[in-house]
Amino acid sequence: MRHTIAVLVENKFGVLARVAGLFSARGYNIASLAVSETFDPAISYMTIVVEAKDEKVMEQINKQLNKLIDVITVTDFTKKDHLDRELVLAKINFLAKDKPRLEAIFNKFVGKIIHHKADTAIIEAVGDQHQINELLEELNKFGIKELVRTGKLAISN
Amino acid sequence: MIGARILLESLKREGIEVIFGYPGGQVLPIFDQLYDFDIKFILTRHEQGAAHAADGFSRATGKVGVCLATSGPGATNLVTGIATAYMDSIPMVAITGQVGTQLIGNDAFQEADVTGITRPVTKHNFLVKDVKDLARTIAEAFYIASSGRPGPVLVDIPLDVQRADTEFIWPEKITIRSYQPTYFGHPGQIKKAAKLISGAKKPIIYAGGGVITSGAHLELKELAEKIQAPVTTTFMGLGGFSGRHKLFLGMLGMHGTAYANHAVMQSDLIIAVGARFDDRVTGRLDDFAPGAKVIHIDIDPSSISKNIRADVPIVGDAKNILKQLITEIKKLPDTAQWLVTVEDWKKKHPLTYKDDSAMLKPQYILQQLWELTKGDAIICTEVGQNQMWACQWYQYLTPRTFISSGGLGTMGFGFPAAMGAKLGCPEKEVFNIAGDGSIQMNIQELATCVANKINVKVLIFNNGFLGMVRQWQELFYKKRYSYTPITSPDYVLLAQSYGAVGMLVTKKSEVRAALQKAIQTQNTVFIDFRIEPEENVYPMVPAGQAINKMIEGLA
Repeated sequence: MRHTIAVLVENKFGVLARVAGLFSARGYNIASLAVSETFDPAISYMTIVVEAKDEKVMEQINKQLNKLIDVITVTDFTKKDHLDRELVLAKINFLAKDKPRLEAIFNKFVGKIIHHKADTAIIEAVGDQHQINELLEELNKFGIKELVRTGKLAISN
Repeated sequence: MIGARILLESLKREGIEVIFGYPGGQVLPIFDQLYDFDIKFILTRHEQGAAHAADGFSRATGKVGVCLATSGPGATNLVTGIATAYMDSIPMVAITGQVGTQLIGNDAFQEADVTGITRPVTKHNFLVKDVKDLARTIAEAFYIASSGRPGPVLVDIPLDVQRADTEFIWPEKITIRSYQPTYFGHPGQIKKAAKLISGAKKPIIYAGGGVITSGAHLELKELAEKIQAPVTTTFMGLGGFSGRHKLFLGMLGMHGTAYANHAVMQSDLIIAVGARFDDRVTGRLDDFAPGAKVIHIDIDPSSISKNIRADVPIVGDAKNILKQLITEIKKLPDTAQWLVTVEDWKKKHPLTYKDDSAMLKPQYILQQLWELTKGDAIICTEVGQNQMWACQWYQYLTPRTFISSGGLGTMGFGFPAAMGAKLGCPEKEVFNIAGDGSIQMNIQELATCVANKINVKVLIFNNGFLGMVRQWQELFYKKRYSYTPITSPDYVLLAQSYGAVGMLVTKKSEVRAALQKAIQTQNTVFIDFRIEPEENVYPMVPAGQAINKMIEGLA
């Protein structure tokens, strides 16, 4: 099962390596990882999506993360109210005549054009994973040439 | 004050009396300061020896051990020693020199990414980039190494930081917001544990290294006597409960006593104290103690319910929790019948060996060593058969008298560790039980012993084999002794050439006199015991089996 966890860490060099090293050393899988400074520059926030085969593995991931000296808190969002979002940028095949078709899509789904030239457009979309996946299916009908995703960001509500 | 001096002043503030290490290009400023500084420095003959010696010093004294090496190869040579300390939760601070901050990342001469290399085998590590952070970092390193579940901490100090000048400000108190170990058990959990204990019919206490780390041996004894429960210890727990106590069952697990293993398997309640249900202890997990509820006391939450699910987890320091628990238990369990059953196993499955051979038996040597020292000695070991025999055939009465690499199983550990132990406890007789394989892994430390008059007594159980691997080949690989026969130098001549004393013992009748002579000798002694070449360690639980499925060796 996939778990989304938030890890608050001291913003020091090597912290990301410690967290990543913990996962690789113990054979846990990271599906996505997003890291950035918080409003307090001394603290960084990591949103990690992990694949854990059972509760026991998840419990270990939680405890092992907490054991790292630089980890301040670990929150598993699986059983907590939270919101999550992902940002994607997609470069698709695009011709001027396609514009109405695309706009129709954006009426139904998340996303907007942020840049276009003769044969390509760059689409930006923010949404939860379900919304993003729906959009990508639609965009793929034009042909996705390049795709970049932030991975999940999550926050408690 | 320059960084190098700040380092030494900081060590002094931490109460450090001895450093084990080796000089090199990137620690020159530190060694220049050491030249006339009031801290004893022991120059080992290999950095690995320095790390193990710091570790042995720590295990024997309970204080933090310190080792020091240069960058690159100096630091990488420490790694096995650091990993050994990490697996056994030994407090240690390793200081390494690093190339100048301007050169880091340039593949400079003797550069290695030491914080990167040691990240998985340290509790924490630091690269100090600014001399202003140095004193605080050293204080944090000692605090982290010695608090909570202890472990090694490495501090990497670039050359320019050692030379840079700043004011020395020693932090009197260290708090780290992201690191706050739990020391007292949750009262609700203690109540639940007490209730389980009161209702138990066949309880057993399973005690590990945490008892020794937290100094909980008196509380452990009090609890065992109060609830009349038999006690088994892990390898790391030996000495945490008296080896002569009538409730003691010896060590459990792969080479544990048959009665300890039967008792654990048949118990209805396991009280685990500072132990982690390691695979050498549990054997096949699915078959482990099927009828037992588990109370698990440990300071490291991640050790609880990792392998065996705990019914009552209690996070905290073993000493505090046992005190709390002893007070909380009001109704005592009736274990009379259970103790009879356990006694019966003891009688039916004693530790034993065939002593009718003309050959010298390792078990006999250990029995003689016991007769001569009665537990008043520090016994270090190498790894393999020598180590398992030392667990079985010598009785440890008090904590910190058995020193051996448990989790990592590091050959070459025992000799330098014995050196560190002797420096920490000069009044104690220190023995290293060795095999002819292991002793050759750090034999260069003979020079360190002789040069510093560190009188350790090395008992080499010389069977011409890498014995434990040979035993597995005998039992599970059709006696195909692939690269396990091993040659040795003449240990008597070797010891002499270093200025130590060497003895050769080939007969049973010579054992006692040789050991007596070694004890009386004010020098490092090597005794080359030519033991029965194919003697095995029994009982033995084959890998992946339930721990009551033992090979007992002989009837």
